[in-house]
Amino acid sequence: MCFMPEPVRIGDHALDNLRYIRETMERAGSFTSIPGWGGFIIGNTAIVTAIFSQGLPPERWLRNWLIEAALAVVIGFTAMAIKGRRAGVDFTAAPSRRFFASYFAPLITAAILTFMLWRGGFYAAMPATWLLLYGTSFVSSGAFSIRVIPLMGILYMLLGAAAAVAPRAGNVLMGVGFGGLHLIFGLLIARRYGG
Amino acid sequence: MAKTATARKIDAVPQRLQIPDFDRTIHEKTRLAILSALAVNPSLTFNELKDILNTTDGNISVHARKLEEANFVSCKKGFEGRVPRTEYALTAAGRRAFEKYLNHMESLIKAARG
Repeated sequence: MCFMPEPVRIGDHALDNLRYIRETMERAGSFTSIPGWGGFIIGNTAIVTAIFSQGLPPERWLRNWLIEAALAVVIGFTAMAIKGRRAGVDFTAAPSRRFFASYFAPLITAAILTFMLWRGGFYAAMPATWLLLYGTSFVSSGAFSIRVIPLMGILYMLLGAAAAVAPRAGNVLMGVGFGGLHLIFGLLIARRYGG
Repeated sequence: MAKTATARKIDAVPQRLQIPDFDRTIHEKTRLAILSALAVNPSLTFNELKDILNTTDGNISVHARKLEEANFVSCKKGFEGRVPRTEYALTAAGRRAFEKYLNHMESLIKAARG
């Protein structure tokens, strides 16, 4: 007995084509809602924090930088939401999901390590840990975002390496990184990538 | 004479669902993928396209050239240091053709659903 293959229904074929297009676009898409102006503002607040934290006792120094981190989260997310809404970015789409997954993994690690270092009293190791892991988050998430992001990550990692070698300069290096690099790259992103 | 499998498939398509000005340049799978990737990026280098499409250099070269000949993509060749760099971007004509193709697909699906 001979079986004829089922004819392909043209509607199904078109549906497959659209699915293929959508999947390719998702794979090729990048997360572009990096907030340039938000980064610029964070850079300013970080420089102020670095200045006021210089030479403080470790507990107060840590408190200042944790407040700065919380402030940066609020500024960063607000600016990102504004930029994303203006560009009609879907934060649940594949490029956004990939970006956030690779961005947050090192930052969660940094938070846990900070707790461990605080409990052990290893304050001098914190600047290197933060700068290195913040840099790592940009290097890894940069694969799914605009091209300057991995470069920014590498520079943070270099500052982190410097802080590991010279822990006494940790606060200054954090000012250069969280302050200076945010200012420079914030302006660059704002001008080249729409805000 | 016995009909080929393709001819049998075409027979299965109702007349009202066939599209007369279907763009064959875009319809090929690799070319469709190149246009889809370029539609969501201002430009992509040859290596970036290769990563996204997960295909060979030769395949991308051949199909990108066909899209270039159809004026659907523009190609800019240069150097990054000493390494050659080829960058592709969607042209206005390419974007229009891609949108038209998407509309065709959507209308096919609507028609098939009755």
